[in-house]
Amino acid sequence: MSLLDVRDLALRFGAVTAFEGVSFDVRRGELFAVIGPNGAGKSSLFNALSRVYEPASGSVQLDGRDYLRLRPHQLAATGVARSFQNLGIFPHLTALENVLVGRHHLMRCGVLRDGLGLGRREERQHREAALDALAFVGLERCAGTEVQLLPYGLRKRVEVARCLAMEPRLMLLDEPVAGMNAAERAEIAELVGRLRTERDLTVLLVEHDMGMVMQVADRILVLDFGVPIALGTPAEIQADERVIRAYLGEAPEATRTEVRA
Amino acid sequence: MTEFLQLLFQGVSLGATYALVALGFAVVYRSSGVINFAQGAMLLLGAYATSWLAVDVGLAFGLAVLVAMVALALAGAGLHAVVLRRVTGQPTFVLVMITIGAGIAVTSGVEAAFGPDRRLLGDPWGSSSFEVGGVTINSVKAWGIAVTTVALAAYFAFDRYTRWGLAMQATAADEEATLSVGVPVRLVHAGTWAMAGGLATLGGLFLAGFPGAPQPTLGDAALRAFPAIVLGGLGSPVGAVVGGVLIGVTEVLTSGYAPDSLGTNFSAVAPYVAMIAILLVRPYGLFGVRPAERI
Repeated sequence: MSLLDVRDLALRFGAVTAFEGVSFDVRRGELFAVIGPNGAGKSSLFNALSRVYEPASGSVQLDGRDYLRLRPHQLAATGVARSFQNLGIFPHLTALENVLVGRHHLMRCGVLRDGLGLGRREERQHREAALDALAFVGLERCAGTEVQLLPYGLRKRVEVARCLAMEPRLMLLDEPVAGMNAAERAEIAELVGRLRTERDLTVLLVEHDMGMVMQVADRILVLDFGVPIALGTPAEIQADERVIRAYLGEAPEATRTEVRA
Repeated sequence: MTEFLQLLFQGVSLGATYALVALGFAVVYRSSGVINFAQGAMLLLGAYATSWLAVDVGLAFGLAVLVAMVALALAGAGLHAVVLRRVTGQPTFVLVMITIGAGIAVTSGVEAAFGPDRRLLGDPWGSSSFEVGGVTINSVKAWGIAVTTVALAAYFAFDRYTRWGLAMQATAADEEATLSVGVPVRLVHAGTWAMAGGLATLGGLFLAGFPGAPQPTLGDAALRAFPAIVLGGLGSPVGAVVGGVLIGVTEVLTSGYAPDSLGTNFSAVAPYVAMIAILLVRPYGLFGVRPAERI
């Protein structure tokens, strides 16, 4: 049973087509990845799914609901959490506060009751949930640290912890290892893998880094020049000739004949 | 000694009002990066609205203040909803220009409606005063300090203990990320403008108290409170309050003690001198944060 169902989605900027004919479904508990070379339309697709861009045509359903009618700030309450390619964190707030903001939509206490301090028990619950999310990403000891003082790799973890604290049904990750070194990439890949194995989360991952995707994804959609060229398991994708061509470029005519022979 | 205490009291009283004005600036700046040059006009409008409701309409003074605060809060939120929201994404400069324009329009409108003369505020205190240990305490100034203290405490409690306080800080840092966690950013902005309106009413009201009065130049006080937000640190509510009190005390003590050789109106300059002196030592203000830069 699929959680997210994308049908024939297209996005255009004037006469320029960012992507078109994109159809796929993300199953419950699945880690689904979208990959492609630079300029393939990955980020545009991500932004369409996070409701930043309005698609020109096609449909998206989340659990049978019309996803394209939701406004960006309504996604959180609908159960969709997203991360940002260039980090969407709040530098002057502490790690704990950054994660607590993620629970904004779960907080029921009104201003008045908050002000009167009647929401203590609720506050404690949110605090515990936030600390739990920080512990999951291995940052419980940095809870009181202003995020701007943390190195990039750890800030990304804070962002993932915030997504987790939102208690989402679907997590959208936008190139989480962009700009990271090999060690950081491996750590984040491991973390993303654990989101699914330990928390049963459904994750849609848009990523440039092939190695990471092959390691963690259940299924992969490959985009090239705004058009889907392959959909399958990591093994199928690795063996797909069109994918290899898209990533490595067209082999010279002579070599190709040799290979065939 | 009595003279010093007298001046100190007056300084703290003026400073408390500046703190209200400066907090109005800081709240807006912190969530949107806009220095609200309409703040002076909002002070003016707040004072006139209170005066009109209390004197012309005949409401009880306390009620008049409350109604004026609500009206100004709505006006602030309205300015955001009708005008500022539509220029989202434009350079901050555009928003600043709009606040200057709105300020001029409101100030002219008030003057056109009520004329250039001083009005009655309609407050129950008038020029009444009492004495404590030889220091004369004007009732309106004592009330000003008390109301300011309560308003500031309420604001800081809101900021510290409610989810909206955290949401405002988050909005200031990254709007897109704040949207993604389910905070309606527009509502947050409208809320900060509403707060600025409410705070401006209180500020304008006490600026117009004895020996002042509602008059068209009332809004100039916003410019005198300006050194307060700069030396406190732009966008820092605590800095706004500390800066406000500091500027108020500096201004009054200078007017009392400055030698004649500095000229008659040196007290108007003193706040700026204090501001420059503090900025030399702390370029981001007393409570301002230096933006982190990755190299």
